[in-house]
Amino acid sequence: MEYIAYILIVVGLVFFLGTSIGLLRFPDFYTRMHAAGKGDTLSTVLILAGCIFAVASQGEMSWLIGLKILLIINFVFIGSPTATHAMMDAGERAGAKPWKKKGGDK
Amino acid sequence: MNSFITIAGVVLIGLMLLVLVRVIKGPTVIDRLVAVNVIGTKSIVLLLFSGIIFGQLEMFVDIALGYGLLNFIVSIAASRYYQHRRCLEQKGQPS
Repeated sequence: MEYIAYILIVVGLVFFLGTSIGLLRFPDFYTRMHAAGKGDTLSTVLILAGCIFAVASQGEMSWLIGLKILLIINFVFIGSPTATHAMMDAGERAGAKPWKKKGGDK
Repeated sequence: MNSFITIAGVVLIGLMLLVLVRVIKGPTVIDRLVAVNVIGTKSIVLLLFSGIIFGQLEMFVDIALGYGLLNFIVSIAASRYYQHRRCLEQKGQPS
């Protein structure tokens, strides 16, 4: 039970590393949104699932805490793509330009 | 278990500081908004970690749930606010 928690939390941290590097190094608003939307949701869900196993491995399993963490997972899984979609819509309506390769065809 | 959670929390804070660089130097308002949304989502995880470390997870789970709801509403409201503004372009470039 403990090792499942270790594996899930480490994999979630690796996904969040990819998210932060992509958010730093991508050249455009839309590509940054691509990195932030998917990696953030997946890493949060993985780390919270690891938290469920970590709670379950510590002594008595309080099922109410596990249920509440499952509720948070459900909410993040629905809410984070919705917020990403809303921000993408705002950027597109405000006129953010897509990135083009320098020296390519104009 | 507690030491592993502590190390994971420290790594998480370091990666959140990397995202904070994008908040500080992001060229447009929307970039900062995306990065703030990422930091807010990770704060839920950080609250759960501190709950596990302090041994009071019953209280911190409720705080994390409330913080997640608040973060979602803030993202929706800010994106609805800034889609009408024409201040998104960089300073040197004409719109």
